Amino acid sequence: MGKPVSQQTREIYWRENRRLMLILGFFWFVVSLGCGVLWVEPLNHIQMGGFKLGFWFAQQGAIYGFILLTFIYALAMARLEKRLGLEEPDA
Amino acid sequence: MSLTETTYWVVGASFALYVVIAIRSRASTTQEFYVAGKGIHPIANGMATAADWMSAASFISMAGLIGLSYNGYGGSVFLMGWTGGYVLLAMLIAPYLRKYGKFTVPEFIGDRYYSNTARIVAVLCLIICSVTYVIGQMKGIGVAFSRFLETDYETGLLSGMVIVFFYAVLGGMKGITYTQIAQFCVLIFAYTVPAIFISLQLTGQPIPQLGLGGTLADGSYLLHKLDHILLDLGFQEYTTALRGSTLNMAAFTASLMIGTAGLPHVIIRFFTVPTVRAARTSAGWALVFIAILYTTAPAVAAMARLNIIQILEPEAGQALLIEERPTWFKNWERTGLLEIDDKNGDGRIQYHADPHRNELVKLDNDILVLANPEIANLPNWVIALVAAGGLAAALSTAAGLLLAISSAISHDLLKRTLMPQITERQELMASRIAMSLAVLGAGYLGLNPPGFAAGTVALAFGLAAASLFPALFLGIFSQRVTREGAILGMLSGISVTLIYVFQHKGIMFIPGTSFLGNLSPNWFFGIEPNAFGVVGAMVNFAVTLIVTRFTPAPPDEVRRLVEHVRVPVS
Repeated sequence: MGKPVSQQTREIYWRENRRLMLILGFFWFVVSLGCGVLWVEPLNHIQMGGFKLGFWFAQQGAIYGFILLTFIYALAMARLEKRLGLEEPDA
Repeated sequence: MSLTETTYWVVGASFALYVVIAIRSRASTTQEFYVAGKGIHPIANGMATAADWMSAASFISMAGLIGLSYNGYGGSVFLMGWTGGYVLLAMLIAPYLRKYGKFTVPEFIGDRYYSNTARIVAVLCLIICSVTYVIGQMKGIGVAFSRFLETDYETGLLSGMVIVFFYAVLGGMKGITYTQIAQFCVLIFAYTVPAIFISLQLTGQPIPQLGLGGTLADGSYLLHKLDHILLDLGFQEYTTALRGSTLNMAAFTASLMIGTAGLPHVIIRFFTVPTVRAARTSAGWALVFIAILYTTAPAVAAMARLNIIQILEPEAGQALLIEERPTWFKNWERTGLLEIDDKNGDGRIQYHADPHRNELVKLDNDILVLANPEIANLPNWVIALVAAGGLAAALSTAAGLLLAISSAISHDLLKRTLMPQITERQELMASRIAMSLAVLGAGYLGLNPPGFAAGTVALAFGLAAASLFPALFLGIFSQRVTREGAILGMLSGISVTLIYVFQHKGIMFIPGTSFLGNLSPNWFFGIEPNAFGVVGAMVNFAVTLIVTRFTPAPPDEVRRLVEHVRVPVS
């Protein structure tokens, strides 16, 4: 089962994890339901090349945003684990 | 070589590849059968997840749904919904279930909610979601065979079943994983090659994602032109046409996102990687591989729609003469996916939004991807590739779903509930038998599709969102939620969603039994049945939390289990 982890480390880890989730979750909402659905009309007045911006978010931008958010989460968590000494040994 | 011969060669070669992989990756332990021995590299798992995820619906139907039925912007719900769920999965579900380290989704629910009743309710929810989903895949296999290989539907379906049977029963998750990686390569190549050709033809831009925002030969923007043509034909503007209301679009998108994060056949893919860290990066890679298709699909949708309209109106104001319609048009009329009716008897095909004037009376969504290469005059090998790609998409998803179903039966129902004394060898045998039965059952449903088979894929997401996701999420993020809360929450969430769907679409989708009729005025705040999963999820959350307040706290070992799954080491 590996080495024991102190209660304090657990709490810091979980608090930091939730904080990160809230921030990234906010951007997750903004790029998809925000720019792609709720605010699509005002954004559509902005033209970006051949795209209306709102339409671009709904059919392209949101997806690129999701990729970015997932990798940011993975990297940030790996760094947090390193900082707190919670790295898993490579299997 | 004729088109059918080429198709036989390409599809045959892809099938031979799957069989060779299956023989090389035979499972010898339950750990290998259920979770591929937990030794899959995160990038490889990302590819397998992408193939698992992208079904016949994504490959064959989605571009058509966007381009035709949902008239452009409205179809964005699928694009955002079916990708955005991976962010939830990566942050809220996958890492913790990987840390938990066992084999199935109901197993976690049973242990976390210290109750075999919860385990069985979860098995039930899993089977309802997965079976509605697998029927669509079996149909996809039969259809792809019968259109491209000119066999009848039954022969096609049986050939598909034999292949799945071979690698799923033999190799379990291990065999499925390696074949899915091969299937991903086949399907993504098959999807992007025609898209690149068409983008080049229309916009001179080889990257379809950029071509969508590019300019046509006459210098106008593609989307701008499409908007204008559709307005002239009486349709709504392509780039702004809403699906229902803004609220309906938001609910639809959210249902698909939450459902994605709660579908067991996707979640169990993350049990196959070696570490929690790998589970998180693997979700990112899965999203990258999925995005290749999902950002190409809207380009295919718009370009193919424009192509079809321009073929139907070769000169401004002059509709196409029926006698001059191209060969592919006649070929697809024979399949019943295209139908014309010269209502005004002028010998021309008028395409219009007004059903009284429209003479292209049937234009099936699936045409957009299936006939796309022919419409754009691409060579035969590209057409053959599309057939192999559609089959790869349907086979890979079917195998993943079948594994989720059979492991729930052999592991959760048998080993963990009914017959805990069986040995590992007996369980492995049981899982092979369960898998065989699942393949046969799915094949039977594919041959005798119940009336509701069409359009149920979106429903599977609603059901997963309303039942499993809240139980998993609360199980990880709260130590206080009780078994009574979770059980009643799952049951109420799935019931509310099913009742809403049934009252609008008929009990078990039998026409005539829908007591409210499928009428938008009767919709709850204008939310269509397929988008109702998010409301079901809210009901589930509310019931779970309220019941939890009035029931005694879970035992100490559950608190320790939750602490254990939250932290990657310990």
